[in-house]
Formats: sequence, structure tokens, C-alpha cells
Amino acid sequence: MADATTNPTNTGLTTADGKPLKAALAHAQARSRRRAFLLVLPLLLFIVITFIVPIGQMLKRSVYNDGFTVQKNLTTGEKTPIMVNLANWFDENPAGTEPDETAFVALVEDLKTLKETRAAGQAGTRINYELPGSRSLFTQGARKAKKLQPPFKEALIELNPKWGDPKLWQVMRSASSNLTGTFFLAAMDRTRNADGDIMSVDEDHQIYLKLFGRTFMLSVLITVLTLILAYPIAHLLATLPLRYSNLLMIFVLLPFWTSLLVRTTSWMILLQSQGVLNDAMVAMGLIGNDNRIQMMYNKIGTVVAMTHILLPFMVLPLYSVMRPINPSYVRAARSLGATSWTAFRRIYFPQTVPGIAAGALLVFILAVGYYITPALVGGSDGTLISNLIAFHMQKSLNWSMAAALASLLLGGILILYWLYDRLVGIDNLKLG
Amino acid sequence: MKKILILTTALSGFAFAASAEEVTVMSWGGAYTKSQVEAYHKPFTAETGITVNSVDADNPATPIKAQVEAGNVTIDVADVEFSDAVRLCDEGLLEEIDPSILPPAPDGTPATEDFIDGAIQDCAVANIVWSTVFAYNKDNVNGTPTSIADFFDTTKYPGKRGLRKSAKANLEMALMADGVPAGEVYGILNTPEGVDRAFAKLDTIKGDIVWWEAGAQPPQLLADGEVVMSTAYNGRIFNAAVAESQPLEVVWDGQILDFDLFVIPKGAPNKDNAMKFIAFATDTKRLADQASYISYGPARKSSGSLVGLYQDGKTEMAPHMPTAEANLKNALVNNFEFWVDHDAELNERFNAWLAK
Repeated sequence: MADATTNPTNTGLTTADGKPLKAALAHAQARSRRRAFLLVLPLLLFIVITFIVPIGQMLKRSVYNDGFTVQKNLTTGEKTPIMVNLANWFDENPAGTEPDETAFVALVEDLKTLKETRAAGQAGTRINYELPGSRSLFTQGARKAKKLQPPFKEALIELNPKWGDPKLWQVMRSASSNLTGTFFLAAMDRTRNADGDIMSVDEDHQIYLKLFGRTFMLSVLITVLTLILAYPIAHLLATLPLRYSNLLMIFVLLPFWTSLLVRTTSWMILLQSQGVLNDAMVAMGLIGNDNRIQMMYNKIGTVVAMTHILLPFMVLPLYSVMRPINPSYVRAARSLGATSWTAFRRIYFPQTVPGIAAGALLVFILAVGYYITPALVGGSDGTLISNLIAFHMQKSLNWSMAAALASLLLGGILILYWLYDRLVGIDNLKLG
Repeated sequence: MKKILILTTALSGFAFAASAEEVTVMSWGGAYTKSQVEAYHKPFTAETGITVNSVDADNPATPIKAQVEAGNVTIDVADVEFSDAVRLCDEGLLEEIDPSILPPAPDGTPATEDFIDGAIQDCAVANIVWSTVFAYNKDNVNGTPTSIADFFDTTKYPGKRGLRKSAKANLEMALMADGVPAGEVYGILNTPEGVDRAFAKLDTIKGDIVWWEAGAQPPQLLADGEVVMSTAYNGRIFNAAVAESQPLEVVWDGQILDFDLFVIPKGAPNKDNAMKFIAFATDTKRLADQASYISYGPARKSSGSLVGLYQDGKTEMAPHMPTAEANLKNALVNNFEFWVDHDAELNERFNAWLAK
């Protein structure tokens, strides 16, 4: 290539049919690159469509909510702008302006439009996310807007005194722009007061930070537990003769192939307070019938069931790393005078680190996002952040909130991944 | 989410496989779905030839938004609670139902007058009146709990309590147990102090609560001895006590009445069949029929007199109905407007309280 840059192409080498060699080479390479690209294209498209686009949509939804500005007809897909007059008033008057009669005139006009487009519920829901109890304000206001007489300020406040609440006006102002950071604030237990300053929500409503913390702690605990359990198993599998180890491998894989729900339910049967384990302990006289141990529907249940379910994800990478380790290294160390502990610590263990790294990362990331098991066995103190995301997806239908929580979770994992890469090095990771 | 995915996948599988004339109805599962299959689905298919696919969810209101927004609606009819029906309708997620499609009562009274007040909404038609009650296992409780206060009294009646994992009904019951008369519950709950008071009452038994989510769980928890008392949907307890001869007893004091309503998600694939199904299922006879399979009150006045014996041929249904005179002494009617407004806020607080 260095030649090509110093020599002009027209004086360079040519192929048999007279084309410059460099051009012919580039042509051939481009063709093979195209072919290679076409081969990976299906996979690329698959990843873009099923992975990148949905994640992008989720990120967008966490900061974008047009519930107070656009009404979308779900059958025709037609979009009608709503709350236009009020948005104009907000544009003309800076934040903190006391809403005057013109503001209320605009509001009443918009309420009439809400009635016509049947969008009162939607607009009210958007405000309700930030100011609970204001949803019916809009449905009621829209129903009665036509009959109101000026002055509208007095009329609306008489209809419902909440219309005079400065907090409501602050929320309507922020909701009249589609882009909002409110959901991220809420996902971090923060809110804005009537002046627009950021502050903590009151103690009774603080939940997300606590759950992020709990999710992280439980995931670490589960990762450590799976490592402690999996290391000896993987070692045994790796050192036994093949025909025994294959048999044992089946015992590791059998639960892995069993439905998640079946495994979770089995734990419920075993651990519940009228369950097998408690019954056995009562029968043996270890505990009294009235002092049965609560092991299900709490943190213990979540940790036990998840540790069991995630165990194969630790065993398999460890096994694949331990299998090729040559036993003569440890023997050599022993013959040179090392104690068995030293031989393990200095010779065997360092060689298994890539497997530990892979297994720990796999188990931790799976645990952080786990949903179905904590939902079934977690009770109240064993639920994780993913259960709250599901709650907002399915029950409260506040998808922006779910998206904000999911984005934070995603961001947290990316940071951990980066830290991990810095500490352990992603090159050291070996999945088998 | 996973559940929805599984569900929608299963459902879309259905949609492709089945023939042209069909309608998919989503309900609450267990004894309740069974009563609907017997009273509505089978006769509907026999009369019209339209196949009814029955699917279940812990709460059929939950998949609707996802399906409508994704433009991939797989259910035609859903059976939902009152506040959910109103909320989903307000958000434009449901088809409107013209009340004129509903058949009149046998004596000619138009449907709009035959249904109980509030049973016909813009997008929904009620089929039953059900209630949240508490029930206990006679074998595991010493004495006879008679009032909602007993449910919260773990000194007098020690043992675990089962409660639905949501703010609705629990807060009302807590206030009633704290001595608030049914008529004043929502007034008090509308104030911050009232909410604090309800949570404070729940705090007194928090350590003894086992949470349930699906309606089929409470009878199971009670029968297994996992809890000694549990709140439950009254029909599920009836089914366990009468059909399965479990030693369960309902306490009607402090019951909370609610409607279940049929709704049609916007963009339902078999909308016309769905309308036909709703008109058929909510006529006087079908509603009365359903009451002979499970102890939920029919939403039509004209069905009341037709309700007779349970399918075993000997149990009189009337005293098991939430609407029976004797059961209404201290009963609360669910205030859907309150819950539409405060659902998000109170559930958030409820979740925070749970996680504490």
C-alpha cells in the first residue's frame, strides 16, 4: 500500500486484462465485503428491529409524553392538537405568572375542545401522573365547560377550588411541552414543587431508590451464592471421568430445561409455612407447630428460588473453563512443596478466573432484570425494581414512568459493565 | 410484561388457527370463568354458531392498553372492574356500546331501565354485582368472627391474613375496621389524614399478611391453612365452600360491592360478534343462569326473581348473593370515581408502604 501512495496508479502494476492492479484488488475486496455484509444482514436487521428500535422507543418514551398536547384517534390514527390556547398562554407568560382571566378563558376554550374530542380522560391522566387527584378535575371540567359564564376564573374555581392551585398550573405548564424530565425525577423519588424547584417526595411515597438498592444488593448476594455453590460442582464435573461427569451434567441441565414456573412453584411447595420443609421440621420436633418459619413470600424465598434458577448459568462457564485445565500443574506445585491450599490459591484458582468472571456477569445481569420469580415468591419485601416496571406497564398504565425506570436500570447496568471491563477486563471473559 | 407476551402470543396463535366466526372473551379464570362458560358461552355458540374462545388473566383490564396501542388487538370482549371500565373508556381505548342493542326485559321494560343504576356506561355493560368480603376457615379459627374489625384483630383471632395486593378495597376495609361507617368511608379517604389512618390500620397486621393477586388464590390459601382469614371475591368462596365442601365461611360485614362489566377493546378483530355476545350474555335469562353457577348478583332487576337453586339442585342461591337484604347491613358500594382519580397515587403509596 505504501507503494501505491508514492507511485501514481497509471504507472503501477496492471492485471492481465490491463486494469490497474490496485483498482482490480479494491473491486474484488469490495465485492467480498458486500457478500459478507449480505450474510450478516439478516442478523443485523433482526437486532435493529427487535433490540435497537424498541430500546430507542423506550428511551424516547421516558422523556416524551404528548398526553396533554395531542389526541390520537386510535382507529384512524388521526392526531388532533389539544390544549392549544393554554399552551399559547404559557408561551406568552413566563413561569411563575399568576394565572389571570385570559389564562382561564384559554383553559375553558380548551376544556370545550377536550369534550368534543373525548380527550378529557387522556389529558387528565397526564396531569394526574404528577398531581394525583386531578384527573376528575378535567373530566368534570370538560363536561361542564359549555355552561360556564364569565368571569371564568371565578366560575372554574367555584366549580372546583383545585383550579386555583399554583401547583396545578406549574404541572400544566410542564405538561404542555412534550419533552419532560418529570418521569426521570419521579423514578429517583424526586419531584418539583409549585416554584419548579426539585425536591424529594415525601417519605410515604419514596420507593424507587430503595428498590434499586435492594435489587442491586440481592443480585450481588445471589451472584455470590451461586458462585459458592457452583464452584465445587463445576470442579467435580471437570475432574470426574467423562462417563460420570456426563451423568452429573444431566442433573445440572435437567432443571435448566424445566419450565421456570414449574421450578418456582416447586419452591413454593417446599418452603411455604405449611410446606414440606416446615412440616418435616415440625414432625422432627425442631420447631413448634406455632412457630413455623416464614421462608416464602419474602426475601428468603426470592433469594433461594433465584439462586437455584440461576445456578446453571454459573456452573456451565466455570465447567468449560475448568475442563481444559491440566491437572499436572497442581501436581507439579504439590511436588515442589506447596500445600494443597497454596496450590489451589496460586495455581488452580487463577486459571478459573475467566469462568468466574463470565458466570458472575451472566448471573448478576440476569438477576437484576428478573421479574417472574420475585413476582411469585417475593411477597412484599422480596419484590425487585422489575416488578415495579411491570406494575407501571400493566396496572397503572403509566408507560413513561416504566420507561424511565427501565432506562435507569439499563444505564446502571452499562455503568457496571464498564466498571467490570476496567477491573476484570472483558477480554478475560470466557463463556466456553 | 412476560405474562402479556405469553398471553398475546398464545392469543395470536388462536386468531390465526380459528375459523372465521368466533369471538374471544377474556375473564378472571377459575370458578368465575367456568360460570360464564356454562351460562353464556355454550348457549351463545349453540344459538349463533359462533365459537367462543375463553382466555383468562389475573385482571383482564391490564392487557388492553398494550394491545390497542400496539394495534394488535386479540381479544374481543373483556370482563373488567368498574373503575377500569371508566378509565379505559376515557382514554379512548374502548369501543362505545349502544344501549339499544341490549334486549328488553321479558315484560317489555327497556334495557336502560331494567339494569341497575350505573350498570350501563358509554363503553361498558355490567353483567354481575360482586363483592370483596372476608372469609375464614372454620377449622382453623377459634370462635366466630362476625365483623370486619375481627379481621384486623390478630390478638383475638391469631393467624395469617390474606389480602389482595393492591390499594383498592384494603383501604376501605381498614377504615371500616377502624370504626368508620360505610357511608363516610370515601369522604374520609379523600383527605390525607384519612389515607394515613387507613395505612396505620393496615400497619397493625402488616406482619401477618400473605398477599394474593389472582382471584383463585384466597380459597386455596384458606383451604391449605396458609392463612386463617382472607379477603376474597365472594363467589370464589361460595364455590369452594359449596362445590368443593371446604370449611369456609363468608363474613358479610364490611363487604365492598362492585360491578364487573363487559367491554370491547378498540379495534377488536370480531367487533360485531362481540356486540352480539354482549347483547346475548346480558339478557335477563343468561344473567339469571350465571347466578346458578356462582353467587354473584345479576345486573338486571328482572333477573333477580329467576335466580333459584345452585346447580347441585339443593342450595338456595339468594342468601349467598352480595345483594341479599341480610348481607347489606354494613356494605360499601365501590366509588369508581374516587378510584379513577386516586388509583395511581394510592397504589404508589401502597407499593412504597409494602416495600418499607
